[in-house]
Amino acid sequence: MTTEGFTVFAGAALFVLMLPALYRVAVGPTSFDRLVAVNVIGTKTAVLLVVIGTLFGRLDMFVDFALAYALLNFLTSLAVARYLNRTRSMPEKKPAKRRAPRKKKAKAS
Amino acid sequence: MSMDVTDSFVGGFSLDFGFLAEASAETTHAGLSALDVCGMILVSVGLVFFLGAAVGLYRFPDFYTRMHAAGKGDTLSSLLILLGFGLITLDDFSMVGWLLVVKLLAIVLFIMLTSPTSTHALMRAGYEDGVEPVTKGSSSKNTKKEGES
Repeated sequence: MTTEGFTVFAGAALFVLMLPALYRVAVGPTSFDRLVAVNVIGTKTAVLLVVIGTLFGRLDMFVDFALAYALLNFLTSLAVARYLNRTRSMPEKKPAKRRAPRKKKAKAS
Repeated sequence: MSMDVTDSFVGGFSLDFGFLAEASAETTHAGLSALDVCGMILVSVGLVFFLGAAVGLYRFPDFYTRMHAAGKGDTLSSLLILLGFGLITLDDFSMVGWLLVVKLLAIVLFIMLTSPTSTHALMRAGYEDGVEPVTKGSSSKNTKKEGES
C-alpha cells in the first residue's frame, strides 16, 4: 500500500465515520446533542483538511486552513453553548434549585 | 518559494538534510520509509479511536454519555491522526517539512487545549438547563423520547 492510497483510505474512513455524528445532528433529542455532534464534525473536518492537503501535495496551504477551521470551531462551540445556556426557557424547577446555591456561594465569597 | 519546494518533495528526496533523507531511504524496501510506516500506524490507531467515538455518539442513551464518548474519542483521534500525517509529511527532512510539522504540532496543541474546554462548556450548559441524565427508571422513557426503534 502506497502512501497516497493510505491517505485516500484515511480520508474516506474519516468521512464515513462522520455519518453517525451527522445522524446525531439530525435526530438528537436535545439541542446539546446536536451541538456535540457538530463539534465532533468540525474537529474532524480540520483533520480532513490536513488529509486533503497531504493528498494534493499542498500541505503548507491546507495546514493554515485547518488551523483557522479549528479555531473557528472552538469559538462557535463556546458561543452557542453560552447562548443556549442563557436563553433556554426552563419548564422544570430542578435547574433553578440547582442554580440557587451557587449564587449564594458567590455572594458569600 | 515554499510552493516550489513543496512540489519538489513529492517526487523525491531533496534539499537541506540530505544525509537524513538518505538514511531514511536506506530503510526503504517496498517504497515505504520507516517514518511512513510509523505515520500509518498512528493514523490507523486514530481511526480506531474515532470509530469508538462515532459508535458511542450513535448508540449511547444519554446526552452525558454521548458527550463522554465524543469528547475523549474525538480529542485523542484528532491528535493521533494529525501526528501521523505529520510523520508522513516529514518524509524528506527538508526545511519546509519541518515547518509543516511545527504547524501541525500547533494544531495538535490547539485541539488538545480547546476540545476539552468546549466539552466542559457544553456539559455545564446542558446541566444548568436541566438535561436529565439517564437512570435505571427513566431509561425506557429516554429511549422512547429519542425516537430510535
